[in-house]
Amino acid sequence: MNTLNPAVEAFETSIADVDRANVKVDVKNLDFFYGKTRSLKGVSIPFARNKATALIGPSGCGKSTLLRTLNRMYALYPGQRAEGEIILDGENILGSGVDLAKLRARVGMVFQKPTPFPMSIYDNVAFGVRLYENLSKADMDARIEEALTKAALWNEVKDNLKGSGLGLSGGQQQRLCVARGVAVRPEVLLLDEPTSALDPISSAKLEETVMQLKADYTIVIVTHNLGQAARVSDYTGFMYLGELVEFGPTDELFTRPATQRTSDYITGRFG
Amino acid sequence: MSDAALPNAGPAAGPPVRRAAPRGSLIGQIFEGLCFAAATTLLLSLGGIIVSLVIGGWPALSKFGLGFLFSTAWNPVTDVYGAAGPIVGTLITAAVALIIALPIAGGVAFFLTELCPAPLRRPIGTAVELLAGIPSIVYGMWGLFVFAPLFARWIQLPLMSAAKPGSLLESLTTGIPNGSGILPASIILAIMILPFMAATLRELLLTVPAAVRESAYGLGATTAEVVLSVTLPYVRQGAIGAVMLGLGRALGETMAVTFIIGNSHTFPKSMFDSGSTIASTIANEFTEATSPIHTAALISLGLVLFLITFVVLGLARLLLRQQGAKL
Amino acid sequence: MSAAKLVRRRVSDIAFKIFCVGVTALALVALAAILWSLLAQGFGGLDLDVFTMSTPAAGSRGGLANAIVGSIEMCLLAMVIALTIGVLAGTWLAEYGGRSPYGAVVRFLNDVLLSAPSILVGLFVYELLVAPFHGFSGFAGAVALALLAVPVITRTTEDVLLLQSATLREAGVALGAPFSYVVRQIIWRSARGGLLTGALLAFARISGETAPLLFTALNNQFFNKPWFDLRQQTANLPVVIFNGALSAYDDLRRLAWAGALLIAVTVLAVTIVARIVAQEQKRS
Repeated sequence: MNTLNPAVEAFETSIADVDRANVKVDVKNLDFFYGKTRSLKGVSIPFARNKATALIGPSGCGKSTLLRTLNRMYALYPGQRAEGEIILDGENILGSGVDLAKLRARVGMVFQKPTPFPMSIYDNVAFGVRLYENLSKADMDARIEEALTKAALWNEVKDNLKGSGLGLSGGQQQRLCVARGVAVRPEVLLLDEPTSALDPISSAKLEETVMQLKADYTIVIVTHNLGQAARVSDYTGFMYLGELVEFGPTDELFTRPATQRTSDYITGRFG
Repeated sequence: MSDAALPNAGPAAGPPVRRAAPRGSLIGQIFEGLCFAAATTLLLSLGGIIVSLVIGGWPALSKFGLGFLFSTAWNPVTDVYGAAGPIVGTLITAAVALIIALPIAGGVAFFLTELCPAPLRRPIGTAVELLAGIPSIVYGMWGLFVFAPLFARWIQLPLMSAAKPGSLLESLTTGIPNGSGILPASIILAIMILPFMAATLRELLLTVPAAVRESAYGLGATTAEVVLSVTLPYVRQGAIGAVMLGLGRALGETMAVTFIIGNSHTFPKSMFDSGSTIASTIANEFTEATSPIHTAALISLGLVLFLITFVVLGLARLLLRQQGAKL
Repeated sequence: MSAAKLVRRRVSDIAFKIFCVGVTALALVALAAILWSLLAQGFGGLDLDVFTMSTPAAGSRGGLANAIVGSIEMCLLAMVIALTIGVLAGTWLAEYGGRSPYGAVVRFLNDVLLSAPSILVGLFVYELLVAPFHGFSGFAGAVALALLAVPVITRTTEDVLLLQSATLREAGVALGAPFSYVVRQIIWRSARGGLLTGALLAFARISGETAPLLFTALNNQFFNKPWFDLRQQTANLPVVIFNGALSAYDDLRRLAWAGALLIAVTVLAVTIVARIVAQEQKRS
């Protein structure tokens, strides 16, 4: 079988089952369109509660697109639309009448490029919290400390909370963004290639942070780095040309991939 | 490396109590509307200018009809007005100013981008840009008090005395040698639009990718050839647009010319004859207009100027946008 | 290639270079001459009276105090109006409707207004605010100046907002903030330097404008009563210079030069500050 020729025949897929009781976000038959181009085709994937699921695949396979449907970030851009169902705790977030702002308070996102807001570190972390909650100063201070601690940044900035967020190093800025995201106590955390702009040491620190966050949040992480996916995640989904080719527990997918295409990607035959 | 666990850490605390609507949603509802209103206000003010000029000028336009554009009569006593003098004056001064300023502005731009030694580049470039911001009334005053007497003494008088009676030179140089007139006004106008055009052309030339210029030099072309045959054509549309921007400015300039154009409503017959531009006429006569028809005639002049500059500026902007230049 | 042709190319190249250097020198000399006259004549007319006394009738002592105050008042009011409209309009173009056909029209007309003859703006405001109320006023002058400043601010606002990264916007929205909140609290803040530069450039532009004030604010030989009431004719530097230059009296002409120097110095100073701010912005 010619597995290196992409467009030939319908390729085999293998999707493992996850007990529905443990699923936090259930994607069912998702199609995504940029204008007339369909870039996600019938994707169905479960994201397990309090576990980390990695999305891997070559460039253009649709993993970032899939991630951005989970908090409906694409809604910012006219001409992009999604069809299908994404069930979060029993509610289809793709339905009409869904409060997008509220959704995003529950489903947080950290981007590839660190984007600290032009304000102090304290205000950066407090930004999302202030949107929806009325906390006293003491409570807010505690929340900030909690978030920065979870992001493994507290010790480095605790004496300089009034300093500008832009003054931090790249790795610190990214952890600031993580702190910002967890400060609002979301239920799901989406990470879009969070270490691709960072040096190895900062990347390692961030990976450790993600491992610790797993206990409290449902995490979906898109990554180009197969080693990172193997280290950090409990489940992995491999995508190709807009379709979900294989999904299953991480160690199984990496050691005994069920499909030839997955195996080729993981062993570096393409991608 | 693990930070100590905090007392209230962990979402065992459960999702927090959230407000129904996020902060800022109240203003948010009207914010986009406010922005839209502001953008529309801009639109409306331009429309308002046209409308007010038409309404204000209507009494004169309806009284004189299309002949208004071609008549040089200008008589506040009998209330008969014609726009031809100012229109011709506007066009001539702008054209002459452009003819003088363009080669010089081009030369300055080429100098700054190709010939200038590196340490001088920044200071001279900055100087040119700063000078582009000098208010036009300064040029006007300089023209009136410094340039005009010099012009009269060193150019007008010698030329006029050298001209033999009945020669072409004589007909071109008749006039009062006091330094005012169509030509001196055009020269001052040229000096005024010069920094602006030089700065604009220079910015345009800087958008040419280094690779294009370097490959031309690499083929053995001389500086002149690179500039005139490669760089300039590369930005041709933008250059035309920049020239038209300069023309638009020259057409609408008031202060630089009002002082030394001489303020006569007839066609200038020689280089040193007095004339008038639309802008200078309005500036000089508006507050002392003797009758409603006089005022209306002046406003009609404004309408004509608006139409001319609108066309010129519109074309200029279209060309510049096609070039993709951000100017 | 023939030797003759080579020589010809050489010669024209040298001629071209001489031309460029020559006209640059010519241009710099001419502009230096203007600045020199401005400084020499202007300083000659500057003394303490200029800043303490009001504009005089011909033949008597006086200064430019009322004109300076009037100009500052009108320019500041104009900036307040222009910033409100300009920043909001620029924001609309960058964040909301800029890509629509209507947005293209607004942008195009804004650019046209940017270079439109300022005297026509004066005529428009005359029709709008002077003729119906039978009176010139500093307020009308401020509105005319505002109309000249708005296109500058709109343009610079849109340009600097478009430079902000899309990820910054998305990061704000991803926390559940309404889009307009993100624009105001994050994007505007991030673009602070650019917005300031635009405001300074607009101010530099309008502080030197004469034509639009000729029939809106007109002039006033004294201070307004009270000094901040702009509903009356208001003294201002440009018109004082205009009248002074045309007058036959030496002392009025000297005042005109002094005024011209003050305006030119203000414009240059503000422009330089704007460039410094822009440099800082680029660096961060």
